[in-house]
Amino acid sequence: MTSAGPSPLRELTLARLREFWREKGILFWVFGFPVLMTIGLGIAFRSQPPELPRVTVIGGARAPSLEKALVSSPRLVARSSSADTAQGDLKRGKVDVVVDLGGAAPVYHYDALKEQGQMARLLVDEVLQRAAGRRDPLQATEAKVSELGSRYIDFLLPGLIGLNLMGSSMWGVGYNFVVQRKRRLLRRLAVTPMHRTHLFFAYFSARSLLLLLELLVLVVFGRLAFGTVIQGSYLSFFAMSVAGAACFAGISLLIGARVENTEAANGWMNLVQLPMWVLSGAFFSYERFPDWLHAPIRCLPLTALVDALRAICNDGARLTELGAELLVLAVWGSVSSLIALKTFRWQ
Amino acid sequence: MSDAPAIRCQRLVKRYGELVAVAGLELEVKRGVCFGLLGPNGAGKTTTVEMLEGLQAPTSGSIELFGISWGKGQDQALRERIGVQLQATELGDRLHVDEVFRLFRSFYSRGRDPEELLDLVDLRDARHQQFSQLSGGQKQRVAVATALAGQPDLLFLDEPTTGLDPRARKQLWKLVERFRAEGGSVLLTTHYMEEAQQLCDEIAIMDHGRLMAQGTPRSLVDGLGDVQFLEFELAGELDSGGLEALEAVESVQRRGPRYRVRLGRSLSALSSVLGELERQNVVPIGLSTHQATLDDVFLQLTGRGLTEDNGNGAPKSGDE
Repeated sequence: MTSAGPSPLRELTLARLREFWREKGILFWVFGFPVLMTIGLGIAFRSQPPELPRVTVIGGARAPSLEKALVSSPRLVARSSSADTAQGDLKRGKVDVVVDLGGAAPVYHYDALKEQGQMARLLVDEVLQRAAGRRDPLQATEAKVSELGSRYIDFLLPGLIGLNLMGSSMWGVGYNFVVQRKRRLLRRLAVTPMHRTHLFFAYFSARSLLLLLELLVLVVFGRLAFGTVIQGSYLSFFAMSVAGAACFAGISLLIGARVENTEAANGWMNLVQLPMWVLSGAFFSYERFPDWLHAPIRCLPLTALVDALRAICNDGARLTELGAELLVLAVWGSVSSLIALKTFRWQ
Repeated sequence: MSDAPAIRCQRLVKRYGELVAVAGLELEVKRGVCFGLLGPNGAGKTTTVEMLEGLQAPTSGSIELFGISWGKGQDQALRERIGVQLQATELGDRLHVDEVFRLFRSFYSRGRDPEELLDLVDLRDARHQQFSQLSGGQKQRVAVATALAGQPDLLFLDEPTTGLDPRARKQLWKLVERFRAEGGSVLLTTHYMEEAQQLCDEIAIMDHGRLMAQGTPRSLVDGLGDVQFLEFELAGELDSGGLEALEAVESVQRRGPRYRVRLGRSLSALSSVLGELERQNVVPIGLSTHQATLDDVFLQLTGRGLTEDNGNGAPKSGDE
């Protein structure tokens, strides 16, 4: 019989954290899955030098010096063969260009619709022309660049972080309310003097703490495994992540405000998330979609989040330069959570 | 104001579209009383209780707890004074028992420590178990303990012992009795007549959203008059008209092979019935007589058994 009890906000937040921490399956989806995804995609699309063009020489016996020039060139892979096999190889795409040296001048066989074919043809021609004595009037020098933050993994990691923030906020907030409503826990809480705002605020606090962990895992992992770095400030990165997570929490709250059964909630969650998985450029740039789609795609919250995270990580952008993205997140988040709080059902 | 009854509701109505769940209920529960609301599933008990708890707004009519109505700016203060156990609530799958207690305690400005609650519901050994791993009886005791966490003046228990074994049921009864002994008021809904008879000072029987009868368990039973019941089974047929023609017999009910005769509470009444059976040359199996109980009151009022609507293994109630 004490008068000074524990703090409800603290207890509610602890309860959230405990429920999360003790659910091993969720731990995997939040921490393990994104790491596995990073490993898989990072390896599959790691940056490597382009493959050398493959060239088959036929009729080389008539011009041995030209044949030798091709075979010894480090810029392509050339070998001799008979005319028949060469044509077959070309058809099946095993070589990019077939050079016929049997005539007075070389003949190039290649698929003009393929990039590699065109490349190979140009290279072969250059090697042959030089071997035949051409002198270039301009002597160019090369300055090769590999800019920080320009690899695919640099592009991918902020995308995966964005996806992860979306997933864990959606499932961790809105879906949980549905589960608690189904278990009648919400109505049990509604008959206590608990302040309604405490419950929402506890969700927010717990989510923010877990978010810090999620970010830490992915950022540290990216750094150790792939050498990715955040060029902008860590504070901006964290602030933008919190903005994104809060936005998705608001959207999921709208789903969780009234839905009573978990199956329906599942459907809604996927309905909201799937289009963004595809459209928002988490895995590949949305520039590949037709131009008229770019503006609507940029209005999606995940696009805004991922674009902003990329700008911070790879271009060192500051929050002040990301006003448009912050606005998109703020509008989505505040409109949906306001509607959600107005319509929230405790039973 | 200070001695207003724990619960008073007047002309309470709840409609869901066409359906009338509660049809003009008048109820008064004095302080310090354990009040039982009895009725089959669908009678409107849970709807009534949820309106009293402030979970649902009535369509019309008034509700006062300790003289205070819901929605008049004193809801928080009211919630401080009531403790609620709801049917089938899962209180946080992964939380330990003591964590659940601490959580609920934190909502109230006064209340019982987790340690005290653990002792109260005898769950000290299970304190570090997750809620989802508890047995049905343990879960129910946790639910009641959370209802007691804020040291309420009024306790709502909605079918607290449904699905519990007899031992767990008796443990819960003890809890309620202790709460009563400290001066608390209780509103209890139940299917079980035994429970009502054991715990309740006053009982209201509800069906189709209306009160059918109200009073102490004793007065309700006495209201049936000076009767007793004779029950038996028959392999063959019986001319029940012959029985009904007897002056001592008030009614004969038949369900399958089972007969139930309502007759005057005297030996001569009994012997006239037995004489008639002998005259008809039938051999009753499992013949028994019993005094009227709340079950009989309920059967009389509603024409059906109290547990009829829920085929979930409710205990024997004598009218199946």
